[in-house]
Amino acid sequence: MKVIARIAELPAEERLTALLDAMPYARYLGVQAEAIGDEVLTRLPFKDELVGNPMLPAIHGGVLGTMLEATCTVQLLQATAFTRLPKTIDFQVEYLRSARPKTLFGRASLTRQGRRVANVRAELWQDERARPVAVGRGHFLLDSL
Amino acid sequence: MADGSTDPNDHGLLASPHASSLGLTAEKIGEGRATISIPYDERLIGDPDTGVVHGGVLTTMLDNASGIAVRYHPDSDVGAAIATLDLRIDYMRGARPGETLYAEAHCYKRTRNVAFVRGVAYETDRDDPIATSTAAFMLGTRNTPRP
Repeated sequence: MKVIARIAELPAEERLTALLDAMPYARYLGVQAEAIGDEVLTRLPFKDELVGNPMLPAIHGGVLGTMLEATCTVQLLQATAFTRLPKTIDFQVEYLRSARPKTLFGRASLTRQGRRVANVRAELWQDERARPVAVGRGHFLLDSL
Repeated sequence: MADGSTDPNDHGLLASPHASSLGLTAEKIGEGRATISIPYDERLIGDPDTGVVHGGVLTTMLDNASGIAVRYHPDSDVGAAIATLDLRIDYMRGARPGETLYAEAHCYKRTRNVAFVRGVAYETDRDDPIATSTAAFMLGTRNTPRP
């Protein structure tokens, strides 16, 4: 049985951790997620390997993009019955502030969920949610059941 | 990072801990263009069922290549601070597992304050892209943290 399909059958509270654990790139970065009701909070503890600009220092823009996209993906998986990962069709990142060497937090919301495509947006912040470091939105292709 | 070095791997964006930890390497740089590569590695996988690398790897490569293309534009000062305003990635297909990935970016317009960049990611054929990107950069930003 496929890994993702097996994770889909786990109890809701175990699903997110199992999913991120099964994704080597999420594990390499250190992405964590926690479900609070039907909302998912993602978290990325800081480590030196995440630094993209050693002068500031600031977390790499690619890491922020990945976190936004991953936050959208786990929120989608939490909200839908799935057997495969959604495929990203496109994703747009707006960089608002440089991300300091400390934990990043992420939230995503489904703007619209259709039968085949979901529109999802996400934001990342550090100290205050009202001061996001980056926001993003994208289209995801869902597995049609 | 060595000042005055002509090796792009020593300069700014590829000298970062994240780029070196991932294994990003400069292939060809200059005249507002940059190509970087990353060898396939299991830790880059996003989908355990297929072995396809995570989309975030392509985001990181295209972001990095785009920044270098701006820095190495003929009108740019290589050491000047720049900031990504936005980055849009279109994913055409999954990357083929096991193959080295390339990201190529072209800074096709640079004004006094803003640079515009297009990018493409592929394995062997740039006409068969995995993903394409468009980005805008703010030039001459401060290289110190904002309050």
